[in-house]
Amino acid sequence: MPESNGHDAKPVSTGGTNGTPGNGNGNGHGSKVATVVAGAKQVQARAVEEIKETIKAPEKTDVWKSILRVKHDETPRSRALGVLSNVFLHLHPAKINRDAVAYKYTWGMGGMTFYVYITLVFTGTLLMFYYHPSKVVAFRDILYLESDVPFGKLLRNMHRWGAHLMVIMVELHMFRVFLTGSYKKPREFNWVVGVLLLVLTLLLSFTGYLLPDDQLGFWAVTVGTNMARATPLLGHAGPFGPQLGMTAFNDVRFGLLGGSIVDSNALLRAYIWHCVAIPIIASLFMIVHFWRVRKDGGISGPAPVVLESEIKEPRKV
Amino acid sequence: MDFHQLWTILSTPDNVPIVLLLFVVPFYTWYALRQSFANDRLIAELEANPEMAKTHHRKVQPYKPGWAKEVHVWPYLLRIEFLAAIIVTVILMVWSITLNAPLEEPSNPTLTMNPSKAPWYFLGLQEMLVYFDPWMAGVVMPSLIIIGLMAIPFIDANPLGNGYYTFRQRKYSILTFIFGFIVLWVSMIVIGTLIRGPGWMWFWPGTTWDHNRLIFEVNRDLPDIFGITARVGKIIFGAIVVLLYCVAAAIGVHKLLTRTSFNRKILARMSVLQYVTMQVFLVIMLALPVKIMVRLLFRIKYIWVTPWFNI
Ligand code: HEM
Repeated sequence: MPESNGHDAKPVSTGGTNGTPGNGNGNGHGSKVATVVAGAKQVQARAVEEIKETIKAPEKTDVWKSILRVKHDETPRSRALGVLSNVFLHLHPAKINRDAVAYKYTWGMGGMTFYVYITLVFTGTLLMFYYHPSKVVAFRDILYLESDVPFGKLLRNMHRWGAHLMVIMVELHMFRVFLTGSYKKPREFNWVVGVLLLVLTLLLSFTGYLLPDDQLGFWAVTVGTNMARATPLLGHAGPFGPQLGMTAFNDVRFGLLGGSIVDSNALLRAYIWHCVAIPIIASLFMIVHFWRVRKDGGISGPAPVVLESEIKEPRKV
Repeated sequence: MDFHQLWTILSTPDNVPIVLLLFVVPFYTWYALRQSFANDRLIAELEANPEMAKTHHRKVQPYKPGWAKEVHVWPYLLRIEFLAAIIVTVILMVWSITLNAPLEEPSNPTLTMNPSKAPWYFLGLQEMLVYFDPWMAGVVMPSLIIIGLMAIPFIDANPLGNGYYTFRQRKYSILTFIFGFIVLWVSMIVIGTLIRGPGWMWFWPGTTWDHNRLIFEVNRDLPDIFGITARVGKIIFGAIVVLLYCVAAAIGVHKLLTRTSFNRKILARMSVLQYVTMQVFLVIMLALPVKIMVRLLFRIKYIWVTPWFNI
């Protein structure tokens, strides 16, 4: 078949007419059926051929090319392009310092923190399907999750332990960044972004603590937010607070809890901070954080050591 | 020895992260310091041998002249990332299958938990409540920690140790950070979790939590010891003592910072603003152990008593 190079279906109809003149004798009915059958067989043969080709070399199809945009063969060029032309991977450069891929420099802590964060967003979203942020119902939802929802218990456990793990990992990541001096020029700003991420991570964890609405969370948040009433100037029990007209009904604690005690308003506020506001803010800062890692010249090391005798004079202002 | 009590504390699901911290923090400290010391040996070798310093590749990592400086991200980095993702997933799964997240009784404002503890990562601050008023422990200290952390890159004038582990070249900053992170943050968390019991009292691991235990502590204020009773007198006396502490601490810090010639060289690179900021944070940070000591050794509650705030 000479025209079978494209994925075009038109030639099929001409194949059908070709078969007609061969059957002169019998009644017209039989010959017509035969031509249609012959045509259908030809179409089938072509379809099989095309499917075989597609399976053998899927990267040649238009659909494949439209998704991946570039060739992926075993050349250094397409290896680099494979990373650079992928939305998720283009966070990375094409090549990096050969020693930086060793685990022992970064401990992979920043990356693993990010991964745990993604896991938390995933399990958290699933948990949201079963949770109502209102008094009485909230606690029952947790019981329901634990006993009736398929894998509900595993889901809740993963979210809980993931949160703890993330806090531990952020702190270790900061420890590593400090010990390698990676906050020094030109990465000062990224350290500051990192500190904000640390605070946001702790706040995420803290706001989530209240959501099961059990004794543990209730008292932890009560203890935590009681501190807010001692805020200097802005809390009703803090230094100079009363002098500025602060009462239990208009100070920062009232603003945080939406009331003077930890009650249904506090639960709703914790829920919105925990599930919407802080994740959005934290994600934005993470984007900036990763962007800056790239713009500051990638991971800081392992860099060649510098000797004391080689310190350059600081530039005069 | 009450092993049952010990086990109850250690196996409380929310305390497991602390048990984990007890292992991972020392491990990573050791892991980092080991690399620091390896680099320090290399640095010492190169300082002693300028010829070698000219040609050496200056890393402890294995090195051959022909090797490419860089490698492809795919597969050399991505395969590690994928592997790490799988390992973290497996750890999280196993942890979640074997250990259930805690769920207590429904919240009840009329039934106080004893001890009622903040989430573990805030226990350092809760521990500070023993020694400071809530406005200090709950508001001022966290703010200072955040601002202080953010200030680090801008007050550290030491250009060495950027991008490699080292101890010798950054002795003071590393010791300060380890003091803040391990002594003041992590160990306070460990104390708050494993040692503080009902009434926030100190129970050594292995002793029984006695809910009826009472401790009669007579805590006095510093002005009272000196027989100062007038309100204005207390304000002025406290202010003077606090000021004296600040001056003494600042002088002490300065003495420490100018001990070695290398440090003096770094100090000369700092602007006045940098130096003052650094002093402020160091003096405040040192105030924590000082106040803790004053409280534990002399049973002194407040040093500076005013009608508006007490320190
Ligand atoms: C949600 C929290 C955080 C995430 C997801 C995160 C993620 C990352 C990642 C993936 C890297 C690349 C290198 C590595 O894996 O170590 C990185 C580098 C860095 N991070 Fe973070 N980080 C977080 C929090 C922090 C904190 C708390 C700090 C410091 C206070 C910080 C400061 C830095 C700095 C300065 C770098 C550059 C390090 C270098 O070039 O060696 N980050 N971060």
